[in-house]
Amino acid sequence: MTKRASVVSVSSPSPPRRRSKYTLAPLVLIAANVVLFSLFFVWPAVIGLLYSFTNYTGVGAFQWIGLDNYHNLFGDSTFYDALTRTLLYTVLFVPLNFVVSLLAANLVVSKHAKGGSVARVVFFIPWLLSPIVVGVLWRWMFGENFGLVNYVIEKFGGDAVPWQSNADLSLLVVVMAAAWAWTGFTMLLFIAAIKNVPVSYYEAASLDGAGPWRQFFSITLPSIAPTSFIVILLNTINAMKEYPVFVALNNGGPGTSNNLLVQYIYETGFKRGQIGYASAASFVLMLILMAVAIIQLIVNRRVENR
Amino acid sequence: MTTTDIPRPADVGSKGSISKKRPRKVATGGLRQAVSATALLWFMAFLYGFPVLWFVLSSFKPASDLFSYPLTLVPHNPTLSGFKAAWDSANFSQYFINTALVCVITTILTVGVSCCTGYALAKYDNRWLKAFFICILATTMLPGEVMLAPEFLVVRNLGLYNSFAGIILPAVLTATGCFMFRQFFLTVPDELVEAARIDGAKELSIFLRIMVPLSRPIMLTLAILSFQWRWNDYIWPLLMLNDPNKFTVQIGIQSIVGAQNINWSVLLGASVISMIPLIAIFLVFQKYVMGADINAGLKD
Repeated sequence: MTKRASVVSVSSPSPPRRRSKYTLAPLVLIAANVVLFSLFFVWPAVIGLLYSFTNYTGVGAFQWIGLDNYHNLFGDSTFYDALTRTLLYTVLFVPLNFVVSLLAANLVVSKHAKGGSVARVVFFIPWLLSPIVVGVLWRWMFGENFGLVNYVIEKFGGDAVPWQSNADLSLLVVVMAAAWAWTGFTMLLFIAAIKNVPVSYYEAASLDGAGPWRQFFSITLPSIAPTSFIVILLNTINAMKEYPVFVALNNGGPGTSNNLLVQYIYETGFKRGQIGYASAASFVLMLILMAVAIIQLIVNRRVENR
Repeated sequence: MTTTDIPRPADVGSKGSISKKRPRKVATGGLRQAVSATALLWFMAFLYGFPVLWFVLSSFKPASDLFSYPLTLVPHNPTLSGFKAAWDSANFSQYFINTALVCVITTILTVGVSCCTGYALAKYDNRWLKAFFICILATTMLPGEVMLAPEFLVVRNLGLYNSFAGIILPAVLTATGCFMFRQFFLTVPDELVEAARIDGAKELSIFLRIMVPLSRPIMLTLAILSFQWRWNDYIWPLLMLNDPNKFTVQIGIQSIVGAQNINWSVLLGASVISMIPLIAIFLVFQKYVMGADINAGLKD
């Protein structure tokens, strides 16, 4: 083995450049992915952008109508409601999920808390459930006339809460359901990050008399900042494109008050056959997501270069 | 993010830092802390575990007991009638088989394609490979939901509408999978490849005979993830399929929810049946899921 290693080092003083002579092998290896990428990413992205400037209905001829779709979108109160409702949902979901996941991760790895490995499995199981089942499960818990939650509330002398017929409460239930479902995944990211914080930091802090809260805010939180940014980014993107939980939990209700962007795209594109218009709505969603990603990347880089 | 963060199931939690397995002697005055941390942990675990427990136990109640007051946690007359009704109703068993088929095929293809791509990205150094890597990165910026309409048209133009291929093929392309394999192969020393080359091995046989077997843990991790993604997928199969014989489980459940009067007994049964495969896989392969640094690639 040592002999081989020395031969290699003599014959290839600069391995990276030497490797670049291989063309066929890497090409074969990525061929399948290149085909998939072109068919199911580039092609849809290009025609999606083109169709967003047309009145295409999915069949037959279509006309180039320039920016009309985009112009109409912002005059369309249904779109506007869906957009603001999506933003509200994101603003509620992301911080809630962040806090509970971080708390769960800290408790699970804490040397003070007993039974962390069992609790970790409990936190994780909701993430395995499909968004549809999550919606069904929370509908079952939060049914207005039959749900367990209202039953308990009434048992303790309270009044039944209109979880389904009040639009804001109905959104809140979805926020809680989604945070509940996502905690397991986000927690895993946090656990990995927390475990990478050198234990000597905590030992030094303990010697200096720092309590657990102080240690958390002065050591843990700054040390896991890069992961926190990723978590916020991923959660924001996921929240912006949420749909199945809403469908199964209250179908965007009561009425249409909690219709979100993806639901709007689905309704206009596939129910009403306005592909061009739906494509324009998709690109607005895409621009928002890209803006979020770019802001996050910039902030992240700044934090890491500090 | 260093390359050492890649999932190595064997040493999960052995970083030595905050070992939860063997808690160190709690310092004096730490007892109160231990009690409050444990209490908080278990309170949270209760909040997370109870809804599932309640849901699953309810599914064992006969339809007549579902709404009978006072509500009870443990069913008085446990029965499997809800499951039976769900399984027999509206082709649910067919949905189940369809979903299993789609999941298995997609998973095999996803693992294979991601492994090849990840290896190429990690071990070859061409300019166009770097460009392709950026392309793969771009797919994470544009989630499928954004391209629902155009992607639907593309798949329809390819003649794949209302076919399983229409669900399977677009799902094979996954950035996370490529990242996971890339990160793993970066940790494999280049010398191993060089040595094999000097021994006269062809490029593809190095990959197939040395690298593929090495990457078995990553394959398993991605397989579990991929299976879960596809099993739980809803909107794409909904768009792609209009033949009720081809529906997947999630569409089946949603159609019960969407009915005028929800048949809760059937709905609970169907939902619980749909949870079983994933929970079973998770419990068997827990360490691969829990040890996986799922966002490995996204961090650097």
